[in-house]
Amino acid sequence: MPLLQVRNMTHFFGGLRAVHNYDLEIELGQVRGLIGPNGAGKTTIFNLITGIYQPTEGEVVFNGQNLVGLQPYQIAAMGVCRTFQTLRLWRHMTVLDHVKLAHYSKIHYGLLGAFFGTGQRYREEAEIEEMAYNLLEMVGIRRVAEQVVINLPYGVQRRVEMARALASEPQLLLLDEPTAGMNPEEMVEMMNVIRQIRDELGLAIFLIEHRMKVVMDLCDTIQTLDFGEVIAEGTPEEIRSNPRVIDAYLGKEGIA
Amino acid sequence: MEVGERTIPLAKSVARNTLLARVRSYLAPIPLMGWLFGALVAVVLEQTVGLPLALVEQTVGLPLALALGLTGIPGLFGLRIMLTRPALIPSAAAYVLLVYALPTLVVARLSAPLANRLARKLLDRFPLMVSLMVHLALFYATVHLWGGISAYRILFLRFIFISIILTLSLNLVNGYMGEFSCSHPGFMALGAYGASVLTVLLFVNDDVFGAPLLPPALGPFLFPLALIGGGLLAALGALVVAIPSFRTRGDYLAIISLAFMFIVKSVIENLEIIGGPRGFMNQPKWADLPTVFAWTAVCVWTIYNFTRSTIGKAMCAVRDDETAAAAMTINTRRTKMATFLFAAFWAGVAGGLFAHVIGYINPGTFGVYKLSEVLAMVYLGGLNSVVGSIAGALGIQVLIEVLRPLELWKWIAIPVLLIVLMIRRPTGLFAFTEVNIKDLLQPRQTLRRSSVQVPGEER
Repeated sequence: MPLLQVRNMTHFFGGLRAVHNYDLEIELGQVRGLIGPNGAGKTTIFNLITGIYQPTEGEVVFNGQNLVGLQPYQIAAMGVCRTFQTLRLWRHMTVLDHVKLAHYSKIHYGLLGAFFGTGQRYREEAEIEEMAYNLLEMVGIRRVAEQVVINLPYGVQRRVEMARALASEPQLLLLDEPTAGMNPEEMVEMMNVIRQIRDELGLAIFLIEHRMKVVMDLCDTIQTLDFGEVIAEGTPEEIRSNPRVIDAYLGKEGIA
Repeated sequence: MEVGERTIPLAKSVARNTLLARVRSYLAPIPLMGWLFGALVAVVLEQTVGLPLALVEQTVGLPLALALGLTGIPGLFGLRIMLTRPALIPSAAAYVLLVYALPTLVVARLSAPLANRLARKLLDRFPLMVSLMVHLALFYATVHLWGGISAYRILFLRFIFISIILTLSLNLVNGYMGEFSCSHPGFMALGAYGASVLTVLLFVNDDVFGAPLLPPALGPFLFPLALIGGGLLAALGALVVAIPSFRTRGDYLAIISLAFMFIVKSVIENLEIIGGPRGFMNQPKWADLPTVFAWTAVCVWTIYNFTRSTIGKAMCAVRDDETAAAAMTINTRRTKMATFLFAAFWAGVAGGLFAHVIGYINPGTFGVYKLSEVLAMVYLGGLNSVVGSIAGALGIQVLIEVLRPLELWKWIAIPVLLIVLMIRRPTGLFAFTEVNIKDLLQPRQTLRRSSVQVPGEER
C-alpha cells in the first residue's frame, strides 16, 4: 500500500474543471515531480491534497486514512506538510518561532499550561526548542534563529519555510516551486537541501517546479499536467523526449 | 570656516553623548530591585512610617509642600495643578525633585550593591516566581504607601489597574490576534453586572433581591468567585460573538462586536430587575487597592505567559498568515476562539472590579465613550506588547486626570495629542516589544561598562 494514494480526483471551480481524473501514488523515499504550464492546475492539486479545497470527486488516502473532508490542520498533523509558491511566512515572528510553531499539534500542556506556566509547559517548550535548533542547524540557518524573518534575504526565507515544514515532522512533503525567484547559487543550495532531506529523513517528496534542471536532477518520476489532466508520466528521460510534453509545455524547440 | 561651523554642533553632540553615557553608566549598576528600594524610601519619606493617616498634617511631606508654596501634598506629582494654577509649577517640580526623584536616585544608587546581591541570590536559589513575588511585594508596598496619602490617589490607582486589565485583554484581540474587536465595553458590562448580581444577591440586604443568602462575613472571601463568575459570563457573551464572526477573517468581527456592545447596553437598559437605565447599586465596596492590584498582577502574569508560549504565539501566526498557520498543524479556529474568550474573561473581571470600586454602575458607562478610551489606550501603548498596554493605560488615565480642568475641551485636547503621537510614532509607544521578566529581574553588572544594558531595550 503506497503512502499516499490519490484516485480519480476531480475538482470544479464553478463551471471550470480545474483537475480531471487525477491519480497519484507515492512511496516513502521517492521524489516525484509535477510540471505543466501556468494554470494547468498544479497548485490546485496541492490545495486539494492538503485540505484547503475539497475535491468534487475522488479520494485521497494517506497511510490508509481518507483525507477528504478533514481540515487543513488535521491533515498537516497527520504528516502531510507543504511549502507555498509565494512565501507565506509570519512576518512579525522570529525564525525560531516559526519552527517551534510547527510543533503545535504535538503540544500537550494545553491552555491552562499556557496561562499559568506550569512545569510541564517549560519542559515541553524546552524540548521543542532543542528540536527546533537541531533542524535549523540541518538547514543551515541556525545563526539567524533570533532574527525576525522579514529582515532576512530571500534565499534564507525560503529555507525558513522549508525548516518550518520539516518541523511538523511530515512523512510527505509537498514543495510548491521551491526554487522560485532564486539566483543560480541559491538554487543549487536548495537542491542540496532537498536531497539531504530525502536521504537523511527518508521522506516522500512531491514537488512542483518550473526549472527543468531542478526537476530533471531531483525527481525519480515526473507527471506533466495540462488543463487539469495528466498528459504524460515517466522518468526524466521519458518526459524529456515525450512529444506531447514538448508540444504542451516546453515548446517546439525542445529543451536544452 | 566650514570646518569650524561643523565642529561646534559636533562638539555639542559629543558633549551631550558623553553626558548621557555618564548618566547611563552611573545608573547602569542599579537593578530593578534597587529602584524599588529607592521608590519605597521616597514614599516613606512623604508619609513618615508609622504615623496614622489622621496625623498626615505632621508628616514631612506636608510641611515641605507648604513651605514650597503648595496648598497641600500634590495629588499626582503636581500634574493636576499645571492647568489650574500654572504659577505653582516650579513649586510642584521642586517638590517632585526633593521628595521623589532625589531620594529615589540616591537610595537606588547606594543600595545597588546590596540589591544586586539580593537579586542574584533570589534568582539562583529559588524559582523565578519567588523573585517575582519579592519584587511585586516591594512595588505594592510603594504603591500602597503612596496611595495612602489620600482617597483620591487610591481611587486613581484602582482605575489605572482596571484600565491595565482592560487594555491588555483588548490588545490580545486587536494586537496579537490582529482582529478588530469593539465589544470590550459590552464584556465589561456583562462582567460588572454578573459579579454585582452575585454579590448583592448573596451577601447584601437589597430591596430587589431581598435578604442575603449567605452570611455577609463570608463575602470578602467569596468575592473572587463572584468576579470569576462575571468573567465567565463575559466569556459566554464572547462565544456568541465568536461563533458567527470567526468563520472567516476580515471586518466581520468589528461589525458584529460593535453591534454586540449596543445590544448588551440596550438589554441592560430594559431589564428592570437590575435597575434598567437608572443603574444598579448597593454593591459592597470590596475592590480595595490590594484586591485590584492582586487581580491585575494575575492578569498580567497569565497574559504574559500566554503570549510567550507556543500555543499563544499561534494567534500571531493566525494574524500574519492564517493559511500558513493551518498548514503548520495549527488549529486556527480553536486558537481564535480561545484567545477571544480569554480576553473577554479579563474584560469581565475588570468590569466586576470596577463595579465594586464605585459601588454603582449604570449602562451608560459601557458605551462608545468607554470603547474609544480603551482603544486609545491600546493604540497609544502599541500593539503586541504587554509593556505597551501598561504604558498606554497609564498614559491615557494620567492624561484624563491632567486635562480634567479643561472640562469639555479635554475631549478635543486628548484626540489632538493622540493624532500628533500617531504621526510621530505610528505604531504606538512600544509596539512589538517583548520584555523578558527574567531579564528585568536580573542583577546588573557592576564594573564592566560593555555589558551595560538598559531594561526594555532588548529589541
